[in-house]
Amino acid sequence: MTRGAEAKPAVNPEALLAVSGVSRYFGGLAALREVSLHIRAGEIYGLIGPNGAGKTTLFNVLTGLYRADDGSISLRGNVISGRKPNQVVGLGLARTFQNIRLFANMTAIENVMVGRHLRTRAGIVGAILRDRDTRAEETAIQQRARELLEYVGIMKQAYMPAKQLAYGDQRRLEIARALATDPVLLALDEPAAGMNPSETARLQDLLQKIRADGVTLLLIEHDVKLVMGLCDRIAVLDYGRKIAEGVPAEVKCDPRVIEAYLGGGST
Amino acid sequence: MIERWQKWRYDRRAAWAAYIVLAVLLAAAPFLTGAALGHGWVRILDFTLLYIMLALGLNIVVGYAGLLDLGYIAFYAVGAYLYALLASPHFGLHLPFWALLPIGAGIAAIFGILLGAPTLRLRGDYLAIVTLGFGEIIRIFLNNLNAPVNITNGPQGINLIDPIAIGGFSFSEPRSFFGMTFPGIYIYYYLFLALALLIIFVSLRLQNSRIGRAWVAIREDEVAAEAMGINTRNIKLLAFAMGASFAGISGGLFAGFQGFISPESFHLFESIIVLCMIVLGGMGNIAGVILGAVLLTIFPEALRYIGVLQDYLFGRVVVDAADLRMLLFGLALVLIMIFRPAGLLPSVRRRQEFGSDASVLAQEQASLYDARR
Repeated sequence: MTRGAEAKPAVNPEALLAVSGVSRYFGGLAALREVSLHIRAGEIYGLIGPNGAGKTTLFNVLTGLYRADDGSISLRGNVISGRKPNQVVGLGLARTFQNIRLFANMTAIENVMVGRHLRTRAGIVGAILRDRDTRAEETAIQQRARELLEYVGIMKQAYMPAKQLAYGDQRRLEIARALATDPVLLALDEPAAGMNPSETARLQDLLQKIRADGVTLLLIEHDVKLVMGLCDRIAVLDYGRKIAEGVPAEVKCDPRVIEAYLGGGST
Repeated sequence: MIERWQKWRYDRRAAWAAYIVLAVLLAAAPFLTGAALGHGWVRILDFTLLYIMLALGLNIVVGYAGLLDLGYIAFYAVGAYLYALLASPHFGLHLPFWALLPIGAGIAAIFGILLGAPTLRLRGDYLAIVTLGFGEIIRIFLNNLNAPVNITNGPQGINLIDPIAIGGFSFSEPRSFFGMTFPGIYIYYYLFLALALLIIFVSLRLQNSRIGRAWVAIREDEVAAEAMGINTRNIKLLAFAMGASFAGISGGLFAGFQGFISPESFHLFESIIVLCMIVLGGMGNIAGVILGAVLLTIFPEALRYIGVLQDYLFGRVVVDAADLRMLLFGLALVLIMIFRPAGLLPSVRRRQEFGSDASVLAQEQASLYDARR
């Protein structure tokens, strides 16, 4: 290691997202206990664990909705722990929600256009005067929103209110909205929840496509088949602790994982 | 029916004809009103325009951004007092109108930010209570800032405020056209109309913009909006500032128009009335808000004629007109809210909010019914 590198905090060069020693307490309850993990650029990283293991808490800490009580998180070398959600998205970490949180009464395309907010500039004066730059920007926003709706396959429903979309399409819209922020890492909280097998299969194709287009994926998922078929690496959380990490085949056979899922003392 | 209307709407010539008719009506309105109903109603017309400006300002805060503000009239007061202090013998200052209006709008916007900042973490009922408190604080300050240093002249208010004049053209002086003399209220109408049109224009432009979308996103789901990269703090403060600046402008016009203001004009009741205008007309929809402002300014005035009507019908006044007036006013509000819960002219979004929830409920009940069978 060179001297120059020693001055900086040790950043794993291939880690896109580095989580080190993150803890989060709710009162006396430790929802996360010194969780550390590294996500490499270009991979699909799965996060699994029994209910209440702390997966969504970790998501909320990563995206700035909760503050970490301990530890640090960095994305591409930028520290993101302690930042506000909108700043975290700005640095390239976008997310979806477990219980879909679309702007229900806005149309599908408007939802995606809101996602472009971060990467555009027009302010009050621009809006009132509607000068050439503002008009050009607005056209670009619409153009990009259409592309993204096409990309996730719901262009036909573009002008429908988000809440009238079919359930699976709502999940897709949430992904399109998150992609509109130009993320390097997209965190999906149970994207297949409530989907039927054929919807899940199509979702799997979409996620592969997103990865192929250069966006790294982090996903929480209960659908074991989906996780095993899709993820390059998996981390398992139980009671706020990371109990295993590795390629799907390894993790599946890990005795601690089996115990966590089947319960202690059952063997 | 709706299709035919839309077809007609997109017919260019028809649209132009409609605009021209509307423009002529708006231009002739004070003279028609004055001829038919007397000067008093021209004054009510002027006030209608002031209330349209106020309501459109509150519409940005409540209708677009979904921040329930019950102290909105405070910014109207700030605009009015600023005008009064800078253009009256009270301090001996007489600033020109072109300077007063932007100052009023700007300072009101700053007040909007100052009062908005502490409420950023609050939502719904809590936000409403705090803003209500702020509105009262401003009024009580105005009422008591006459000692130890006399700034606002306390409950007596400020008198002899300069009438509005632009470059030597005074709006308050009576003028003669075609051998008839018309008082200042006729001339003021055109100034208020111009500014109301400007505010309508700004509201329309903001509605379909990046900022406008961000406001609606915050109203729909604040957490999701923040997670999508919207700086909710700044965007909310922007809504407070914009709404307050509209109120600041109309407050300044009010002061110049009346020539006298006192804290009495800025009671909580006024905030409630302006809120009623936008709720009744259709929150978030500019045409609805304008309709609400027009109805709620004209209707209570029209109800004053109940006394005259009773006298005509029964030969005497049976029930005191003032009592009956508020009763009927309240009844009308209740009826509208029962039959048009989303407002008279709701925005597409609000119609959905009210409408399809009912249909979802019906659907759920239907499926429950199926399950029972």
